[in-house]
Amino acid sequence: MTTQVPGDALVSLKAVNKHYGQLHVLKDINLNVRKGEVVVVIGPSGSGKSTLCRAINRLETIDDGEIRIDGKELPAEGKELAKLRADVGMVFQSFNLFAHKTILENVTLGPIKVKGVSKAEADKDAMALLERVGVGHQAPKLPAQLSGGQQQRVAIARALAMKPKVMLFDEPTSALDPEMINEVLDVMVQLAKEGMTMIVVTHEMGFARKAADRVVFMADGQIVEDATPEEFFSNPKSSRAKDFLSKLLTH
Amino acid sequence: MDVIIENLPQYWDGFLRTLFLSVVSGIIALIFGTVLAAARVSPIAALRGFSMVYVEIVRNTPLTIAFFFAAVVLPRLGITFQQFEVAAIIALSAYTSAFIAEAVRSGVNSVPVGQAEAARSIGMKFSQVLTLIILPQALRTVIPPLINILIALVKNSSVAGAFYVLELFGQGKQLANANGDAVVWVLVGVAFFYLLITIPLGYLANVVERKVAIAR
Repeated sequence: MTTQVPGDALVSLKAVNKHYGQLHVLKDINLNVRKGEVVVVIGPSGSGKSTLCRAINRLETIDDGEIRIDGKELPAEGKELAKLRADVGMVFQSFNLFAHKTILENVTLGPIKVKGVSKAEADKDAMALLERVGVGHQAPKLPAQLSGGQQQRVAIARALAMKPKVMLFDEPTSALDPEMINEVLDVMVQLAKEGMTMIVVTHEMGFARKAADRVVFMADGQIVEDATPEEFFSNPKSSRAKDFLSKLLTH
Repeated sequence: MDVIIENLPQYWDGFLRTLFLSVVSGIIALIFGTVLAAARVSPIAALRGFSMVYVEIVRNTPLTIAFFFAAVVLPRLGITFQQFEVAAIIALSAYTSAFIAEAVRSGVNSVPVGQAEAARSIGMKFSQVLTLIILPQALRTVIPPLINILIALVKNSSVAGAFYVLELFGQGKQLANANGDAVVWVLVGVAFFYLLITIPLGYLANVVERKVAIAR
């Protein structure tokens, strides 16, 4: 489906399958994401795109197949897996900021506890990241005091603080009020421009057009199309994709 | 009424011993109960099994059996104590920790699963996820039931009076025997000193609960 050699891939999935009981949610998924590439995964709900995203840092286990990050196969539970997850940033639909920690602590906790960075250094880096996503002045507050859009930007800063090799976004704007979606997308577009490798599950077609190198269209647990945004939006090949896009465009 | 004032030293002595039993057993039970709860949610099946069996057995048998075990069975197995207080502390903390474990476990379950996922996704190990993210939030939500359990512990410590420990209830029994004409007042005195511990505990629960509440 993709042309690059597997050794070139930062994230590679090979013949990945997963079932939830009877339901076959991931069917023989093959996907390679190169360093610096921004891949947007779209598709109707229930198509398995969130499961795919979560499988990449093993928040979901897979039944068979192989997932490699930077050449290394995902380890089973334990220390090795924790180490690998530190290299994979994850942003959730529901933000999941640590509710009992301040905004600053949310961002510094990983570097201090997982990487052993000194508190002074972690604080400095965290403040820079919070400034960068536009919530520096919120640092001493608790997550619940922030708006959804602000919380999601903090969540992005928290993931970036670990200096990840790749960032996963699992529907990062789906839980946001419309007026807050752009402030989060702006941060993501900026991140894409700076060369971060990103896998983004989203319904935001505008983001896909603007920032994606590739669009992966999933339906019924399968990757149906894998193309550049121009190709996909102007000339979708499969009937599933045509159907999906026509439903979007009627509104 | 006079019987209380005349025997204040005995009451005070019993009160201090009850307080001592409660505080020491309470601290041990809080620690051991939390460990049991952690074992119950751990990825290691053997730990989960041990925790479940312990909690189910201890929680569903009378405290008196725990006392008999600590005061009679353990010495026969060669574990002897100089003082009965030690047996009482073992029985009380073993018994109470089962209830603490259940309360903490319900608190752990009340923390949204996304908190653990976020912690894992920044590379935390299971022990870090538990101690840095889950337990601090879980413990805040279970402060009211925990204080209830500690209040029950204070009252349960009266069982020690039947095992030769002269705590508040034990003293009360002696006083009642010595003052057959004023048993009611002797018991009123005993009740008063229990309330002296348990009512502030309830009050403390309210204060702490308001202080550590986390908004979501």
